[in-house]
Amino acid sequence: MIELESVSYSYGGGELLSDVSLQLQSGSFHFLTGPSGAGKTTFLKLCYGALLPTSGRLSAFDEDISSLDRDQMAVLRRRIGMVHQDCRFLDHMTLAENVALPLMVSGRVAGAEQDNLTELLNWVGLGARLGAYPPELSGGERQRAALARAVILSPDIVLADEPTGNVDWEMSQRLLRLLIELNRMGKTVLIATHDLSLIRAAKSQVQARVLRISQRRLQLAGADL
Amino acid sequence: MSGDDFRNLLRRDRRADRVVPPTGFTAHLTLFVSGAMAFLAVFALALSLASGRLADRWASELAGAATLRINAPADQLAAQTEAALTVLQQTPGVASARALTTEEQAALLSPWFGPDLPLDTLPIPQLIEITEGEPGLDAAGLRLRLGAEVPGAVLDDHSRWREPLVTAANSLRRLGWISIILIGGATAAMITLAANASLAANAQIIEVLRQVGAKDRFIAGAFVRRFTFRALFGAAVGTLLGMSGVLLLPEASEEGGFLTGLGFEGIGWLLPVFIPLLGACVAFVATWSAARRKLKELS
Repeated sequence: MIELESVSYSYGGGELLSDVSLQLQSGSFHFLTGPSGAGKTTFLKLCYGALLPTSGRLSAFDEDISSLDRDQMAVLRRRIGMVHQDCRFLDHMTLAENVALPLMVSGRVAGAEQDNLTELLNWVGLGARLGAYPPELSGGERQRAALARAVILSPDIVLADEPTGNVDWEMSQRLLRLLIELNRMGKTVLIATHDLSLIRAAKSQVQARVLRISQRRLQLAGADL
Repeated sequence: MSGDDFRNLLRRDRRADRVVPPTGFTAHLTLFVSGAMAFLAVFALALSLASGRLADRWASELAGAATLRINAPADQLAAQTEAALTVLQQTPGVASARALTTEEQAALLSPWFGPDLPLDTLPIPQLIEITEGEPGLDAAGLRLRLGAEVPGAVLDDHSRWREPLVTAANSLRRLGWISIILIGGATAAMITLAANASLAANAQIIEVLRQVGAKDRFIAGAFVRRFTFRALFGAAVGTLLGMSGVLLLPEASEEGGFLTGLGFEGIGWLLPVFIPLLGACVAFVATWSAARRKLKELS
């Protein structure tokens, strides 16, 4: 689904990722770990085309990302759900409108999808908060809403950047369960986190591959996890 | 851009339009600029149309007329006037010729000397009004014949002062149109600045929209619609105010001369209706090109 071949990324004269190769197979579950500033977010941005590799080849759904124009990239991103740590909502729109944003931009009539939207928000436990505005939501609610927005188009891949970074343990377990449930539905899931306890908690529930970025390179993590 | 694309861009979609925050200084700037420019455009249009009417009137009224002045001693004045009228009746291109009456000559002089001018005591030349007909007056030939037969006759075919007047009126008309073009350009520049500021201020929103799979057309469309309809509304208000101002101007009158004929006439009152539409078109093009440029920059 997403394949990186000797991908490197440099910015401002410094190399942030070096010679990274990886295949994200359909239906797989990955954790990406590493210290803060190691390049986890950069890696995720490369995966959904927000950044382009400086060298190497990155393909998604058999298409070379570097060869896509902006409109083709937009269509590609509809197949990749992204959850940011800071969620990135439009504060002047309600929770329901924010979650329905991918439907709107892809030209699907949001009204016709109302049942799916309600069902999705119920699934993440936000069915009663449809009309709330993002600043009124707690950290956990924002993360769950961001997850709902990421999956509303039923993407093939879900990328999550520190989804539990701003929530308590209980909420992080709830978010993890949602992501595992998505994986059981056949979605490929990649979670970037520095929270090793989250990874340990997940390993008993899902067969996950753990990757670590260290010194700009991607490695398969060892048994210390 | 095809016609369908154009229609899709302008088709209102309340949900999609919500992605651009509704407030901000660019909203007020666009409304104010569109309104003020439309207000000025109404006056420029009125000036241009009035100048055009004036140029046409001067050109048509004076082009078909000439004046013959008989400067002769009092005892020869009647005879030379009669001789001149005879010559004129025989001249091709003269439809009619008529000696002005004493009262008409007094009326012509009254603005300078007052109404009670004793013309009979003054050596006033006799004026003959000539109306041109087909195939047009040969002024040079007529002058030669008059020189031989009516020594005191001086022919004035008005070309000496008609042409500068018509030229001046035409220049005013051009000035009016140039003003409208400049107003359109200034509006485009201001709306481009406002659109750029709005796009820059909403860079984070654009990033979110891109992240969820929005194409440039969707993002640009949301901004284009917002600015186009805002400009349309502002320009409509400015046009209404401008037309009210023109309506309050004094009506055309002989006493007031050119300055009292600055309004619109007849179907001319419909022309300002196009100003808001033109303003909206300018806003559409300005915002569309600004958005395309900015989205390319932000990618």
